[in-house]
Amino acid sequence: MRRSQYKAWGLLAPTLVILFFVGLAPFFYVIYLSLFQYNIWSARGMVFAGVNNFRKLVFDSDFMHSLGIGLIFVVTTCAVEMSLGLIIALFLTNRFVGKGIVRTILALPLAIAPITIGSIWVLLTNPDIGPLPYVLRKLGVDYNIGVNANQAFLTTIFMDVWHWTPFVTLTLLAGLTSFPKEPFEAARVDGANRWQILRYVTLPLLTPVILTVLFIRIMDTFRIFDEVWMLTSGGPGTATRFVSIEVVRRVLVSTDYGYGSSMSVFILYLTIVVCWLLFQMISVVGRKTREV
Amino acid sequence: MKFKGRSKLIFIYFICIFLVVITLFPIYWMVIVSMRSKLELFIKPKLYQTTIFVDNYYRPLFKDIYGKFIINSLIIATGNTGLVVTLAIFATYAFSRFKIWGSQTLFFWTITNRMAPPAAFILPFFLIFTKIKLIDTHIELILLYCVFNLPFAIWLLKGMIDAIPKELDEVASIDGCTTLGTLWHIILPVAKPGLAVTAMMVWIFAWNEYLFASTLTNMNARTITTGLAEFVTVIGTNWGEMAAVSVVCLLPAIIFLGYIQKYIITGLTFGAVKE
Repeated sequence: MRRSQYKAWGLLAPTLVILFFVGLAPFFYVIYLSLFQYNIWSARGMVFAGVNNFRKLVFDSDFMHSLGIGLIFVVTTCAVEMSLGLIIALFLTNRFVGKGIVRTILALPLAIAPITIGSIWVLLTNPDIGPLPYVLRKLGVDYNIGVNANQAFLTTIFMDVWHWTPFVTLTLLAGLTSFPKEPFEAARVDGANRWQILRYVTLPLLTPVILTVLFIRIMDTFRIFDEVWMLTSGGPGTATRFVSIEVVRRVLVSTDYGYGSSMSVFILYLTIVVCWLLFQMISVVGRKTREV
Repeated sequence: MKFKGRSKLIFIYFICIFLVVITLFPIYWMVIVSMRSKLELFIKPKLYQTTIFVDNYYRPLFKDIYGKFIINSLIIATGNTGLVVTLAIFATYAFSRFKIWGSQTLFFWTITNRMAPPAAFILPFFLIFTKIKLIDTHIELILLYCVFNLPFAIWLLKGMIDAIPKELDEVASIDGCTTLGTLWHIILPVAKPGLAVTAMMVWIFAWNEYLFASTLTNMNARTITTGLAEFVTVIGTNWGEMAAVSVVCLLPAIIFLGYIQKYIITGLTFGAVKE
């Protein structure tokens, strides 16, 4: 037993070394940095500031704004993606010729670089050459995401929905097709109609998968950067300046290293807490579903 | 769906065509734009294109610096894939065949690693890599991409290696194989198809990464995604060329899609949902 532990850790060692170097070390370093007042252009260098950065952070309206719109973004995109994804997945459980092709095409957006997604949407929404503004202008809507804050925000939501609904669909579909046949047959024998089967058999069985997808989508939409950076760079104004963009701007544009670090620590803290909560929820629900 | 027979089939195909068009149209539009000259772009938008304006591809890739960006991306993605797959085989074998103390904690840790916003790490990475003089090198990004690719590869491979019966290992060890020998002679040959898929997906993620590449390189190791993001400038963007570079950036995804699409869901949900 002892020997096998050594062997296991020996096999794991290179992975752990690398993950320590690229995962843990920067994590602790950023916590350390967040305790200092540190701007590379300031002559004073690093000055210990204790928790002052965090005190400032709580009253920083820009940062709170980015968290707020981030929250709206997460809730809206997740709600739309989950419901659309579920409907399409249920639809795709029908048997028909050519389903494989539809699934392959739906998988395409998942493999595309987020930055390319951004560029695709830039080309779609550009007021000079894009088809979207052209069509909307015909309908009497003046569409310009470089100027109109609401339109820009809505467009980022549409972009994310376009990009990730296929992921929700395909995952739920994978869950749906892996179910045992018996509960469905039993329900049919008992005379349940289509809606009752969906409500009382399919959805409860699907809950663990739904929660897993929701978990991944919440975390991913919260940290969204590439697509939005490419499409709007956080503008116009601060309309689409989500948390990641706010941090990058703080660090790279204003080179406010200490304060930027405290922001990073704050969002990492949020990530870990939310991650842990959702993780617990999934394992509890998963256990319950298995018992039933 | 209350329809029966033919009307149901028509309904199904109608929805399918709708889904396919919605998914493909933005990509189709990008390809169309990449084939147009500046003059063609600014007249009334048309939905089809019969001629190709080759300059959009030729100028950025062969005259400008984008060719070099592509080579950088190829080096980094391939280097990272080699490193990640090698390490992941060892790690996954350990997770799959040995009872490891604290493996739940390790699991949670790797998941949090995958979920953490990369934006939070750019500053420490920037300072650390500047200090050890690796900033703006290929090695930097090859190491760095392990942060998301290594957990990913481990959880994708775990299901595949778990599926290989343990009896095979036992037979090998009775025959005098060492642990590494077993891994090399027994596990690798069986897991080859799964490894290939894992490698392709890891490669794609490395190729696709933008934020780290853009903040931690400035000239020498700049990647294609970074180059793409720099197209939008204040003095005006050459849309045709930007679309052309986007198409090039998209090609690997399309090439690999057929192979990886069966596993992409398992991978993206770290093995929680299997297809």
